[in-house]
Amino acid sequence: MKDLDLQAGTRYGFFTDTSVCIGCKACEVACKEWNQVPGSGFEFTATSYDNTVSLGANTWRHVAFIEQPAIEQPAIQQPAIQQPACEEPACGESVPGAHDFRFLMSSDVCKHCTSAACLEVCPTGAIFTTEFQTIVVQDDICNGCGYCVTACPFGVIERRETDGGAWKCTLCYDRMRGNKMPACAQACPTDSIQFGPLDELRARAERRVEELDSSGVVGARLYGHDEDDGVAGFGAFFLLLDEPEVYGLPPDPVTPTRHLWSMWRTAAAAAGGLAVALAGAFVRSGRG
Amino acid sequence: MAECHPVGFQWVVEAKARGAKMFHVDPRFTRTSALADRHLSLRAGSDIAFLGGLINYVLTHERHFREYVVAYTNAAQIIGDDLRLPDELEGLFSGFDPAKGTYDPDTWQYEGVDVRGSVNMGDLPRDESLTDPRCVFQLLKRHYARYTPEMVERVCGVPPAHFLEVAEALCANSGRERTSAFVYSVGWTQHTVGVQYIRAASILQLLLGNVGRPGGGILALRGHASIQGSTDIPTLYELLPGYLPMPHAHKHKTLADYVHAGTARKGYWHATGAYLVSLLKAWYGDAATAENDFCYGHLPRLTGDHGAYRTALDMLEGLVKGYMLFGQNPAVGSANSRLHRLALGHLDWLVVRDLSEIESATFWRDGPEIETGEARTEEIPTEVFFLPAAAHTEKDGTFTNTQRLLQWHTKAVEPTGDCRSDLWFCYHLGRIIREKLASSSDSKDRAILDLTWDYPTEGDHAEPEADAVLREINGWDSEGSPLPGYLALRDDGSTACGCWIYSGCYAEGINQTARRKPGAEQTWVAPEWAWAWPDNRRILYNRASAAPDGTPWSERKRYVWWDVEAGRWVGEDRPDFVPDRPPDHQPSADARGADALAGTDAFIMQADGKGWLYVPDGLADGPLPTHYEAHESPVDNPLYRQQSNPAREEHPHPLNPSNPSGGGGEPYPFVMTTYRIAEHHTAGGMSRWQERLSELAPEMFVEVHPDLALARGLEAGGWATIVTSRSAIEARVLVTERLAPLAVDGRTIHQVGLPYHWGYGGIAPGESANDLFPIVLDPNVHIQEVKAATCDVLAGRRPRGQALRDLVETHRRRSQP
Repeated sequence: MKDLDLQAGTRYGFFTDTSVCIGCKACEVACKEWNQVPGSGFEFTATSYDNTVSLGANTWRHVAFIEQPAIEQPAIQQPAIQQPACEEPACGESVPGAHDFRFLMSSDVCKHCTSAACLEVCPTGAIFTTEFQTIVVQDDICNGCGYCVTACPFGVIERRETDGGAWKCTLCYDRMRGNKMPACAQACPTDSIQFGPLDELRARAERRVEELDSSGVVGARLYGHDEDDGVAGFGAFFLLLDEPEVYGLPPDPVTPTRHLWSMWRTAAAAAGGLAVALAGAFVRSGRG
Repeated sequence: MAECHPVGFQWVVEAKARGAKMFHVDPRFTRTSALADRHLSLRAGSDIAFLGGLINYVLTHERHFREYVVAYTNAAQIIGDDLRLPDELEGLFSGFDPAKGTYDPDTWQYEGVDVRGSVNMGDLPRDESLTDPRCVFQLLKRHYARYTPEMVERVCGVPPAHFLEVAEALCANSGRERTSAFVYSVGWTQHTVGVQYIRAASILQLLLGNVGRPGGGILALRGHASIQGSTDIPTLYELLPGYLPMPHAHKHKTLADYVHAGTARKGYWHATGAYLVSLLKAWYGDAATAENDFCYGHLPRLTGDHGAYRTALDMLEGLVKGYMLFGQNPAVGSANSRLHRLALGHLDWLVVRDLSEIESATFWRDGPEIETGEARTEEIPTEVFFLPAAAHTEKDGTFTNTQRLLQWHTKAVEPTGDCRSDLWFCYHLGRIIREKLASSSDSKDRAILDLTWDYPTEGDHAEPEADAVLREINGWDSEGSPLPGYLALRDDGSTACGCWIYSGCYAEGINQTARRKPGAEQTWVAPEWAWAWPDNRRILYNRASAAPDGTPWSERKRYVWWDVEAGRWVGEDRPDFVPDRPPDHQPSADARGADALAGTDAFIMQADGKGWLYVPDGLADGPLPTHYEAHESPVDNPLYRQQSNPAREEHPHPLNPSNPSGGGGEPYPFVMTTYRIAEHHTAGGMSRWQERLSELAPEMFVEVHPDLALARGLEAGGWATIVTSRSAIEARVLVTERLAPLAVDGRTIHQVGLPYHWGYGGIAPGESANDLFPIVLDPNVHIQEVKAATCDVLAGRRPRGQALRDLVETHRRRSQP
């Protein structure tokens, strides 16, 4: 396979198009093989074909399986008098939101947020932004404090029991440095996981949504492509066929540090108020 | 396909992106269904009723591709007067012998001929108006008339609206301008009517003109990499390389007998003698001479069924002393695997070559029968030799895929420890045996001592060169020069060839299978990527991609056509036809072989040059596919009084009892089916020892619908015990609406889904679905019926020890009046 020609300074990421995901989990296996991620344990969950449950220290790609009952078309109201065959385009078209039984599959991964909470809260500088604007943890610097774990609005990053360090997807930083595609994207047989410069992926994703809309697929939408969202957009974004919650994703993720300024302001105001009240108390007692 | 062939499924996804419509017909809603335009759930074992319904739809609405059907199929052929169809005989064809349970095909023949006889097929009575009541076309119409959409619903549980949507889409997407393809996996073959499933699809595709044309065909997805290769150069007892039949001990005593029986008057099976003699020359070299029938006498002979199931039953009788398993795990993967484990314990010795120490190598110490007390380790006499095998990454060789594409792979790493390739094992085993026999004067040892066994070896382990084997398969002439292809083969001993259909894979002394020219650098047919048999043809019978006059059926579907000026067939692919045979050619009455092919005889391997809608000869269970219920079914056959395939192979044995069939199926009221899931590979030898794969699907489970879970008190994530008259196994419960109950003939039928990957070995053990199934086989190819049988499901884990057998017996007694 030909090497890629990756440019430092360009932002790279993933576009995960879940409309063509077949849930084969090749991404999970390829990720673990390349990155030498330890096993996740043998637990039968009885939840469709998902036995790795969620992203975590030992699962950097996770395929969600959602079995969704059909949403029936509302019964067609029969007009009192039999009308001739309807010629209006609306006649016979499917009702918005109605669909047959669906088996949704989606390969989740670290979002590589533009405004990455994990990085912002990291006290040691172990988490950094690479020359490809991806977010990577350096294990030899991480002291295992776990701030990043509570900060991540997606629950992606996690401390590993065995070594105490925080772990997550690196977007295969080592492969990228060697001009190789990340392992999951290379293993994906249906191009559900696409890797490339983020602006190209975003344009491609918008075309894909239009294509699905026009072919009658219900509910196609992008998740994480918007730079105005609470994390200033994802470096790894998704095309979903339903609300993010259906896939176990937060609908409106926000970097906690975004509230830092207002938090300090509130705290300062409270402290000020308290000082005034205390001073008042002294004044009163002085008079007493 | 997304479950078992996720990498191949990328092409389906791509076809969809280009506008193709995809229907998925399967008892379960799977990962494949998730991406289909429509999923149709049908009752396991009812596919011939479904396909018969489609055939009836095509014929009733005259949607067949008439010009194609008349020119290229046997639709116009008149069948003898004595044929009786199932509508006259309660579901049987004429010629059935109830005492033997077999058919005599005499009455099925074309009027006035034995198909492989010496009469000129061109003179046989045909009716190209297709109106004669005894022509194949009219017989088809009559036979399938009762397979109406309403009958499809009764038998399969498929609503007529969904059935008609498929029927209409299939017809609308076939014809001059368009083609449709069928894709199946072994789910279609593992039935007592398995061969007839594929036949039914063949009839449809021939009627619609979807054979020999781009985008058409019936694509068989195989169970493992290179299963196609293992039938081409077979690991099957009844075949020699290149689909040459194995000689029969009494029918084919001499080379002349064999060649006479195997030679068709017309087409490329006329050269059977050249294929076999060249094979014998490859195997026996200078020892093979015209005087000694080219060592034909050295070949093994058939005396009957020597298939894997017959052999296991013979082990129980003490008739088999030794056995070698190469990458096969019958203790988990064969129907009635309990019987197989007990059978293996009757051997004197057993060799198991596999990547891991699979259950077939450890049954004597940790098999379930040790726990139940049916077998005791100290009483099992079998000496087991486990020899670790090298993986494909650790050796050179080819894979042959389902498109008949031979693709060379190169060793990436050396095998570790004692792991060795199969080639290494076979070569050195043969070498040592030959050394031991070297001084023998016993004539029976000549079959081994006369072999050419001189492959060069390399490396520390004296690994034979796979390249040298491929050269032998390609073949050489008397000068030792590589053969250009099978047309060069002769029956006089001047050519040697290890497999006639592979001849040309090393043409010009170049390993053609190792070619890797990217698709973007060549035509869309990509003829320079690897090598396809025969003769690098990518689509078989591609003469049919042109109209009878040699012009393409349409611009859109042009593929191979007659170039009038050049006087040759030309096109995108290698023409699968006599290169300079004009479309209007009529052979002379005394022509033979390829010379006897008319310009429109597109099906060049058939004795009459036609695609067979109707099979006058060669099938054990009837000339036309007919719906029979599975050997075990909870319903009575709605189509005929005959319940199951009358010619199916049952193997009555105390260890191989059957559940009752029909009438509700009690006490086994549910339909069960087995399958693979994406996470594991077949009987688990390649996946259950791998942490990366096992953690994705760590335990054996059973898939049931919420209604069935409620009815039987099953809890999601809890345990269920699945019971048949063979055994009972336990599995974790996966409750899912993907396995919807079906309304069949006025009743609700529940289906139970069982992946068959698990066994008691490995890092993620589980109980084996195949313990539940009987050995009951298709009569043509002896394949087991494990895609449809009956069972009961109980809540909770199974009892341990002897109590397990007690449970099975108690449950079975409930079926007896």
